Amino acid sequence: MKGIDAILAEHPFLGGFSRDALSVIAGCAANRRYDAGSYLCREGEPADHFFLIRHGRITLETNAPERGALTFQTLGEGEILGVSWLVPPYRWDFDARAVGLVRAVAFDAACLRGKCEADHDLGYELMKRFVPELVRRMQAARLQSLNLYGQTE
Amino acid sequence: MTAARASALAPLPLRVRAIRQENAESATIELDPSALPYGRLGASPGQFNMLYVFGMGESAISVTGDCDEPRSILHTFRAVGPVTAAMRRLEPGQTLGLRGPFGTGWPMRAAEGADLVIIAGGIGLAPLRPVVHAVLARRQLYGRVLLLYGARSPDDIIFRPELEKWNGPVEVVVSVDYAHPGWDGHVGFVTGLIPRARFDPAETVGMICGPEVMMRFAANGLLERGVPEDRIFLSMERNMKCATGQCGHCQFGPTFVCRDGPVFAYDRISRLLTLREI
Repeated sequence: MKGIDAILAEHPFLGGFSRDALSVIAGCAANRRYDAGSYLCREGEPADHFFLIRHGRITLETNAPERGALTFQTLGEGEILGVSWLVPPYRWDFDARAVGLVRAVAFDAACLRGKCEADHDLGYELMKRFVPELVRRMQAARLQSLNLYGQTE
Repeated sequence: MTAARASALAPLPLRVRAIRQENAESATIELDPSALPYGRLGASPGQFNMLYVFGMGESAISVTGDCDEPRSILHTFRAVGPVTAAMRRLEPGQTLGLRGPFGTGWPMRAAEGADLVIIAGGIGLAPLRPVVHAVLARRQLYGRVLLLYGARSPDDIIFRPELEKWNGPVEVVVSVDYAHPGWDGHVGFVTGLIPRARFDPAETVGMICGPEVMMRFAANGLLERGVPEDRIFLSMERNMKCATGQCGHCQFGPTFVCRDGPVFAYDRISRLLTLREI
């Protein structure tokens, strides 16, 4: 069975991370398994984790009265779940539900924030990975909102 | 016998064999090619025809059918303007004028031996359907083949039975912008599928068709992955009228989309894509 360091080293989000840095953040990480239909996080709850998705698919949802759960994005293998752990007041803004079996690495947010505060180089390396991901998702959300496929002839 | 083909400006009346609804806005029309010279169209994937609804006007529509299948001509179109709305109202047995085929096709030869990433948005899947058929007919010539398809909602997906059939020899991934309960596929703009798609960027050919904004971002997504500019191809849509490069309606910088396109290598047109004046 692979150690957590090896699992982290293989995840695309942490590509290029030094062995030492991986070893430091591995102390905050744990393997998790979620069965189909279970939730990795719920809107409004403390965002005390962020996740590297290793296997499976997750839907991001918000609930609307009389409409139920509205899915606005799906995430899959090689992607990350969660940025709310970075931004006070550290609460989830949506639900994340496992579509099928999901395997993930969960990072303890307080632990990781503490390590980033103690070692700004480490924090900067992490931010260099989070910011492009955030920009990509923001651009995708903008395009999604434009209803491009509905434009008239 | 070849008079109709020789005159690119004279539409040849073809009989409508069938018409089927793809989604609320789109339909596929099947034409009988027997009135064409040699009884076949002879188009390549990516080319288009000018379809003439008599008494209404003409519209440039990409070839949707399998280009190796000579017994029928298929065109999928959105019925959103007067001509295409009239086309949608045609019934089997009626006639539709056809000029073509015109334009450049997808670079199927350049893709041989390489991975192929096909990115389609909305009705943009229609001009790429012949590519998939060409790949399936000679699957061994290509490496990994991915079809990343984005639609507005599950109800807007076109060619749904075929997408399911293609999945296997082609890795088909569909993502919708707006999901409804019961949809268990991907949700999000189609470009979001690119960063994690599995292909060898240095040995990949990308073929993109959809709304122009989507194509720009999809091309950027492939560039970010390391696909060379000259191996990314886009099918452009402009106001094509004559289809022979004479009238100038579809001028796109120094090119005419009808004559020099509609398929262009990205490195040839990337600077034009952000020019608002054209």
